[in-house]
Amino acid sequence: MEKIGVWMTCPMSSYLEEQIDKRFGLFRPWQASSKHDFLRENRNSIRAVVGNTEFGADSELVDSLPNLEIVSTYSVGLDKIDLRKCEERGIRVTNTPDVLTDDVADVAIGLALATMRKICVCDRYVRSGLWKNGNFELTTKFSGKSVGIIGLGRIGSAIAKRAEAFGCPISYNSRSEKPHPNYKYYSNVVDLAKNSQILIVACCLTEETRHIVNREVINALGSKGVIVNIGRGPLIDEPELVSALLEGRLGGAGLDVFENEPEVPKELFGLENVVLLPHVGSDSVETCRAMADLVIRNLEAYFRSKPLLTPVI
Amino acid sequence: MEAIGVLMTCPMSLYLEQELDRRFKLFRFWNFPQKKEFLREYSPSIQAVVGNATVGADADLIDSLPGLEIVANFSVGLDKVDLEKCREKAIRVSNTPDVLTEDVADLAIGLILATLRRICESDRYVRTGMWRAGDFKLTSKFSGKSVGIIGLGRIGLAIAKRAEAFGCPISYYSRSRKPDSKYRYFPSVVELASNCSILVVACPLTNETHHIINRQVIDALGPKGVLINIGRGPHVDEPELVSALQEGRLGGAGLDVFEHEPEVPEQLFGLDNVVLTPHVGSGTIETRKAMADLVIGNLEAHFLNKPLLTPVV
Repeated sequence: MEKIGVWMTCPMSSYLEEQIDKRFGLFRPWQASSKHDFLRENRNSIRAVVGNTEFGADSELVDSLPNLEIVSTYSVGLDKIDLRKCEERGIRVTNTPDVLTDDVADVAIGLALATMRKICVCDRYVRSGLWKNGNFELTTKFSGKSVGIIGLGRIGSAIAKRAEAFGCPISYNSRSEKPHPNYKYYSNVVDLAKNSQILIVACCLTEETRHIVNREVINALGSKGVIVNIGRGPLIDEPELVSALLEGRLGGAGLDVFENEPEVPKELFGLENVVLLPHVGSDSVETCRAMADLVIRNLEAYFRSKPLLTPVI
Repeated sequence: MEAIGVLMTCPMSLYLEQELDRRFKLFRFWNFPQKKEFLREYSPSIQAVVGNATVGADADLIDSLPGLEIVANFSVGLDKVDLEKCREKAIRVSNTPDVLTEDVADLAIGLILATLRRICESDRYVRTGMWRAGDFKLTSKFSGKSVGIIGLGRIGLAIAKRAEAFGCPISYYSRSRKPDSKYRYFPSVVELASNCSILVVACPLTNETHHIINRQVIDALGPKGVLINIGRGPHVDEPELVSALQEGRLGGAGLDVFEHEPEVPEQLFGLDNVVLTPHVGSGTIETRKAMADLVIGNLEAHFLNKPLLTPVV
């Protein structure tokens, strides 16, 4: 399979690069002096694209690769792939579900705890010697608070399972109601927000879910409410979120994703009721290795005419 | 009951001060720089002491209060109360169990997540603008890691219940094996430490458990192991812990308590694999109010000749 050209959209994992290099012909556009020329020179040899949450297989890239047969994304999210175009051209698409579910759910709970118990602020308090001057302020209890989850897929369910162990009543909004005995379904996000103290965004980013958390939802969640986003930045209307936090209309936020990563609204930096992470949801050594292995195995399966392991299309 | 003198050992809760003020004659010990003079003048009228994890009722204080009938602790830990002396003198003792169990367990999990997934460091990474220069490093997965708990009391069990929801196999060390427990028992702390990735200290501080975490235990936990302490600082041989972290013999630590609070070894401040919180285990608005109400409830019960709500002695 050494002659098969695989185009990797950007640096994402040196382990994955090694493994692709060993098995295929790996093209690394970020190392070329002109990406555009590099693409033009090599376009006909490219039969596979490996993308991620930053740079996927958008319309332009798919159009410029006449022999593209498979897009294997190093992510579970598909928002950076032109799925419709791939479907039209019969291009297969795979992603990395399941292997990253636990890590992302862990970060969601970590964000909720860090936000409500002000763990990062506490850590700064100790390191700067302020504890000698007096005790830290009182914070807000997490256990027992009502948790509302937008999107009850693999990740949403894993978050719910964890939150339940903290005695949190669970409710959710999803495209359709799931037959779950203990979780309460709300058919719209505003009602979910009204009835939750912690709102966790865990759904896919599609045209329908863009800005699913808007001013109305934020106001419904309220000045004692906390929002956690481990989905995609564009799921939340970011300027609305920022002004709600600055004005005290929202109690706090734990955010792993932003509308224009790696740009983060500077107004958030001075706030103690927010926790900001640089899109690290699935970024443990263990999980990244498992994600990379899944990408490789999908590519190998495809070029050996075997069934794909985690096909989307 | 307004004539009953209650001595509060140090500032611990404005709400509790208010409530004590209304019902009793409250003496704020910290407002009297000349302690000996104060005691000489007022000790006959003091029938109750309210202490906490910082300043309790030691032998000296008890001896100087001839009218003392009850020590009502604003904490569950009793290491700062001379229990033997109280028994000798038939002084009642109460504490605040149960109401703070969830908060402390929440913080234990929060410390685990913050330490393994580098939450505080990541938050700093974003706030200092470093994300623009590149992605954050990979961290350690929490879900599925083996958790060892020292002390399977109320707090230990609450931690176990939460960690189970993250798929963590649970094992424990206790003074004696619990026959009803489904968790794996180890007869020594070193064996427990050798068989887990995350070791959590959740037992009471007594003469026997002083420095229960020593060099041997730390070495057994190892360079990939993480220590979490939500018990008492003296559970851990602090200089040994610091050198193990500096030398890489221990993977990381999440610490809410220290041997000489509010002093914290400065060598820890430069480490990115530790998370330090200023003894905030029970420090939420909700829980501190519940603790204060329990202190009041115990005092009222005693002076009305009713059974104590949460007696220890």
